[in-house]
Order: sequence, then structure tokens, then C-alpha cells
Amino acid sequence: MKNIPRISMVLAATVMVLVFFFPIWRITLIAPQYPTGITMYIWINQITGETTGTLQNINILNHYVGMQMIVPDSIPELQYFKFIIGAVMLLGLFAAIMNKKWIYLAWMILVIVLGILAVYDFYLWEYDYGHNLSPTAPIKVPGMAYQPPLFGKKLLLNFEAYSYPFWGSLFIGISIIFAFFAFWFKRPKDVQYEK
Amino acid sequence: MKMKNSTLAGWGIIALFLISGCSPKGSDEKSSPFSSDVASKVYVAPGQHDEFYAFLSGGFSGQMSVYGLPSGRLLKVIPVFSLDAEKGYGFNEETKPLLQTSYGFIPWDDAHHPELSQTEGIPDGRWIFINGNNTPRVARIDLSTFETVEIIELPNSGGNHSSPFTTENTEYVVAGTRFSVPVPQKDVAVESYKENFKGALSFISCDPVTGKMDVAFQVLLPAFNYDLAHSGKGASHGWTFFTCYNAEESNTLLEANASQFDKDFIAAVNWKKAEEYVKGGKAHDFPTSFYHNIYDDNAHMATSEQIKSVKVLIPAECPGLVYYLPTPKSPHGVDVDPTGEYIVGAGKLSADMSVHSFTKMLKAIEDKAFEKEIQGIPVLNYDAILAGVVKSGGLGPLHTEFDANGNAYTTFFISSEIVKWKVGTWEVIDRSPCYYSVGHLMIPGGDSRKPFGKYMLAMNKITKDRYLPTGPEMNQSAQLYDISGDKIQLLLDFPTVGEPHYGQGIPADLIKPKSKQFFNLAENTHPYVTKSEDQTKVVREGNVVRVYMTTIRSHFAPDNIEGFQVGDKVYFHVTNLEQDWDVPHGFGIMGATNAELLIMPGQTETLLWEPKSEGVFPFYCTDFCSALHQEMQGYARVSKKGSDLKLKWWTGSAK
Ligand SMILES: [Cu+2]
Repeated sequence: MKNIPRISMVLAATVMVLVFFFPIWRITLIAPQYPTGITMYIWINQITGETTGTLQNINILNHYVGMQMIVPDSIPELQYFKFIIGAVMLLGLFAAIMNKKWIYLAWMILVIVLGILAVYDFYLWEYDYGHNLSPTAPIKVPGMAYQPPLFGKKLLLNFEAYSYPFWGSLFIGISIIFAFFAFWFKRPKDVQYEK
Repeated sequence: MKMKNSTLAGWGIIALFLISGCSPKGSDEKSSPFSSDVASKVYVAPGQHDEFYAFLSGGFSGQMSVYGLPSGRLLKVIPVFSLDAEKGYGFNEETKPLLQTSYGFIPWDDAHHPELSQTEGIPDGRWIFINGNNTPRVARIDLSTFETVEIIELPNSGGNHSSPFTTENTEYVVAGTRFSVPVPQKDVAVESYKENFKGALSFISCDPVTGKMDVAFQVLLPAFNYDLAHSGKGASHGWTFFTCYNAEESNTLLEANASQFDKDFIAAVNWKKAEEYVKGGKAHDFPTSFYHNIYDDNAHMATSEQIKSVKVLIPAECPGLVYYLPTPKSPHGVDVDPTGEYIVGAGKLSADMSVHSFTKMLKAIEDKAFEKEIQGIPVLNYDAILAGVVKSGGLGPLHTEFDANGNAYTTFFISSEIVKWKVGTWEVIDRSPCYYSVGHLMIPGGDSRKPFGKYMLAMNKITKDRYLPTGPEMNQSAQLYDISGDKIQLLLDFPTVGEPHYGQGIPADLIKPKSKQFFNLAENTHPYVTKSEDQTKVVREGNVVRVYMTTIRSHFAPDNIEGFQVGDKVYFHVTNLEQDWDVPHGFGIMGATNAELLIMPGQTETLLWEPKSEGVFPFYCTDFCSALHQEMQGYARVSKKGSDLKLKWWTGSAK
């Protein structure tokens, strides 16, 4: 029983490794010409599509309205996010070694804050892609912006855009829940209890 | 999708129940609108797919057409032994080698019989073969791309008609000559026919993985006409049967002279034995010359190879290799039932059909029940091998296929009908008229070990009044029948492309999942590929100018080119950078004397353009690729010969 907090914390830290294997967000565009949709996956370190051509196809469609090309190599977050995740995992393991109630709480808050920052960062990128349009675009619709939704569905000209978290985000959620267990089950004064 | 279908079926059953429940004659199936409504049987709702693919030969169009059944929708026309300006087939530099022969570039042929590749006697949906009759050739079409990928020429042949029927595991595709010719070709009197002419049967081996063909060996037979063929299956696997007419060996006025004998033959060739003889060194190496052309899906181009020799077996030197089965009156079709036991010969000038028994044939060979020998080939005793005779009541039987329930269906050209009969009892069960003069018929899998049944397609030779008239020349007509019940039921008429001589059908599920959507650009190994816009360039080598061009929605790169000269040979090597389904780009340039290019995503194609005069000439995308397709254009500037204007090219802003 008394190992539950520590085990929970180790699980919280290790489950995070799955973020390297699953995308964290999914955006799908559906139009009459794309009955099954074009789906793009956002990972902590890359952007992929269902096929090797997906990103190019999205860029081709976007260029008609003057949106910038999505070039994963030029997005710095995709370069350094993996190090942040790695550091957070190490901190989590360190917390498990320390096995202190306040450390568990601190780690959980850290993950939540980082998560919120990441989503805000994602929003800023979306805003930039949707609003920063080329003045020489072939198709210009006055007052129109093409920012995809952060969460949910939105009509962008002929495209219905769907944006939702994917497996990776779920694993971060599970990590937070484990950290919460660690915090919840940890008795504040273990030393007395052990006597 | 599955769920949707079963739900629909569920509603259909409920509706049927309600309607038959309300109807006063509810128990009478004929009166139910669902059983009698022929239209609903061929109705495939918008957006839904057909149940079967049907491949029909184009005859003198040299093409193959692909239909969906039961709707009769035309899905594609595949150019094979033909030019197709639409696809640039035979016009672009990549496909020209496919049409090379020992007689040069031959952009036409008479394509008669499509045949699907088989595994264990069942169509597997990998490839489909088709013969070229006029300049003897066999083509292979890949069913992941629906494109011609290989054409092999046949030496020592003169009209490749009994072709390209496959063996159970596509070990071989056969090719028997319809016209016997001097072998090797030489300048002799036509009257010396009996002395100098021979009929060659070719066995083309087919690589089990790549499908690559090779003329493994030929069997040199007497100078008859070898009309059609089918290979044995099950117990008779290892044998191939060829019908022959003109056993009279006549070389003039065949309509009378080749119709004199009471019986012609079916030649039974033991190809497993042939393999042993070839291995044992019995084959002669005949010097010859023929072409073998292969298209590479990664290089997106075909190459030709000339072959100078072929292995030939002479039956007189190879006992047990060939037997003749006497068969009445110039047999056309030779069709083996799904069990492999019965060999049906359709004597096209008679009313009846002789069915031979494979078991009895083996027994007759063992007992040496021979009537005579022709050039060392034993002729088996007719009565010793006969399983039965189908007294059809029709006239002019041509071709038979089978369903999964032990029934056979035979076309009758002269009496213009299809007759259904029972294999084994030979009794006629049903008959249905055809409009008009049916040639071959097709039942999906109907010449395999596992007929898929359900539908039957009649390919008719005479159309007359079936459709709105279109002047003296009309399309041929096909008719679709439902054969799932006791009675044959006519469902649908539809016009066809060219003159279909034969067809093949296969459940859509065996092909649909494998159908390619686009070519992977990363795998493109074309020698003149351009994989990104920054690699585009124009290079002069003497009077040859190569343009490394790309297309992507909605522009060419480069789209302005200067520095061409009158008399140049300009090769536009156009790579379509798209990696999306159904986004081809076209390329047409003013004054080109060939055709357009139609380049699939990930593919490279080449158009030769030889500017004849100075000026500035537009080029443009011919395929409506995007909203800005009409803007997808460019200019090529041609200066006088010897002009010192340097080559210059750009897209967007001048370099
Ligand atoms: Cu285009």
C-alpha cells in the first residue's frame, strides 16, 4: 500500500514516453472533392499525413488563398519539444525518488502549465497560418481568414475543418492522472506513520 | 459500407414482405415487383460500385475495355495494340517501345481474347493477357494500374488466334497460330502449302512474381488452322487443348475447301511432357527474330529487346507430346468444364457438340486406340474418347462457359441464341435468344475451376436496330443475362467498344483494393525525372534540347523558355509532382505532330516537339486539374537556326 504513490509517479513519468509514438493532435479537412478527407497529424516532433503526399496536398490547396507553406523543418517547436518532454520525464522519476507529496503536486502543475502553453503556442501558429496571407494570392475573399479551429469544427470556404486532440494528448492526460494519484495517496508525514 | 448494405438489404426484405403481404397474389413470386423488375437488377445507385469487373477485347480496335457489371458502365478503355492520343499511348517516348516488332513500329492489331491470370485455376486479379492476331503478339496488362506493361512477339506464327489462354497457375500463356506459314519464313509457292507450311503452338512462360513473359518453347504441328484453346484443370492440369480446322490443309477458298472433312481435331498437348523434352535437350534452337517489350512502373518507360532464337519441339521426335482428338465440323471453341474432366468441342458448322472425356482420353492413349497418325501424331479413336453429344437444336455452336452448378452455356452464332445444358447428362435445359448472332459469351470465372456465376454476358456480332442508329457503322452490342435462376433472364443491352470477341469477369473485390491511386515520386527512376521545381532546367546537346519540366497545381516549371531553334528536336520530359489521387496534368504544345501527354501523379512522360518555324508558341495543361487550370500555360520561343540567343527559362520572375 505504501508504495502506491511512488509507483503512480513512475507510471506518470513513463507513460509520457508514448507521446513519442503517437500524434498529439489531428486536423481533418473535408470537401466535395475529398470525400474521405485529408488528414494531418501533429506530433511533438513532426507533422505527418495519411500518405506521403498529404502535406504537399494541403500546401497546394492553401497556396490558392495565400497561406504559407507548412514546412515542419522550419517550426522550431518541433525541434525542441522532445527535449522538454524528456526533461519532464526525468523530473518525474526524480520526484518518485524523492517521494514527497509537494513534489508530486509541483510536477503535476508543471505538466498542466506546459500543456496549456503548448496549446496556446499551437493556437498562435494556427492564427499566423490563417491570417498572415500573401497579397498576391489567386483567391482573395475580403475579410476571410483561414485559421483552423483549435478544438471542434469550422467551415473554411469549401472545406469543413475538424480539429481534435489525438492519442498523444490522451497519454499526457493519463500521466497527469497518475501524478494526481501519487499526490492524493501520499501521506503528508510518512515518517511518523512508519514508526 | 458493409453495414449499410446489410441494412439496405434488411429494408428490402421488410419491404418485400409488406408488399407481398398486401398483394392478393402474394405467394406468386412472378407478380412481386422485386422479382420481375429487371431494372432493379441492373441498377447500381449513384456512388455505389458494381459487383464485377468485365474485361472485353476490342477486336480490331486493338484495345481492351473495362465495364462494371451488372450496370454496364464503361470504366476504362485500355490501349494495348493501338494508339491512344488521349493518354499519349504510342505517342510519348515512354510507350513507343511497347509497339516495336520485328517489322518495326506497329501501332495496331486485332485483339481477340482477354484472359485473367489464375492461381490454382481461379482468376486472381493480378494481370490480364490479350492476344494480337495480325502481327502475332501477346500483351500483359497490370491490374493495379490497368496499363499495358509487356508485349511479346511470337516467332514462326501467322495470326495469333488461339491465345492467350492460361494454365492453372499461369505457368504458361499459350499462343497457337491461326494461319500456318513457312517455318522459317521463306519465298515459296503458295501451292507448296502441304510441303512447306507449319502451325506453331507457343508456350509463353510467365514469372510467378513479376509476370514477365518468355517464349519457353514452341510445338511445330501440321499446317492446320489452330483456332482456340483452353488448358486443362484439376485432373487434366498439365494439358492444353487447341481446336483445329482446315485439316484438309487447303490454301485457297477455305470456306468450301476447309469444310469438306467430317471431322477436324482438337490437339491435346501434354506441356508437362514438353518441359521434360526441353530439359532433356530434345528442342531445336531455331534462329529467328522477335521483340520483347517491357514497361517498368518505376522508370515509367518501356524498353525493347530483340530475341534471336527459339526452342522448337517436333512431335514426331517426342512421343506422347501431342494427340489429335477427332471433333466434328471445324470446331471453334474448346472449353474445359470446372472439374477438368470434360472437353467441349463446338463444331461451328454443325448443330451438335461433341464432349470428350479426359479419363477416356488417357485410357485411349494407354490402349493405343488410334485411328491413324498424322506426321507422327496419333489420332485417337473418336468413339473411345467421346463422353457424350449435346443435341442442341441450335445451329453453329461457337463457345461454352460454365456456372457453379454444373450447367454449361453455349453460344450459337447461326441460330442467334444461347443454350443452357447439363454437364454429364447433356440434356438441354433452357435457351434464350441473342440480338444478334452471338460470338462468345462470358460468365465471371466461367472458364476457370471456380465460376463465380450470377451473370452471363453475350457479345454479339450484329447490332442492326438495337440502338439509335449512327450511320452505316455501329457499335457492337452486348447483352447481360441473369443466370442465378432456372431460367435465363435477359437484363440489359449495352453497346461496346470495337468488336469484343471474348471477355473475362471477376468479382470487384479481387481487384479494387489493389488499384493504385498514384505513383510514389520518391520511387521514380526515370532517367529524365525532375523531382522538385528547383531542379528544373533546359539542356542543349547539339540540336537535341531536353526540357526537365515539372507540373503542380497550377503551373509548369519552367513556363517561359527561350533559345529553341528551328530544326531542334525538343524533348519535354514532364514530371507530375502531385502525390494525390486523380490529379493528372496534361501537356499540349502548338504544332506538335504527335499528341498530348497525360501524366499521372508521380510519373514522368516525354513528348518530342520539332519546331518548324520561328515564333513564340504556347503550351498548356490539357487536363482540368484545378480551379486555376485555365491559367496553367507557358510559352516556348523559337529562333532561327544558328541564332546566338542562349537558352533561358523561368517561372514567375525571369532568371
Ligand atoms: Cu494542370
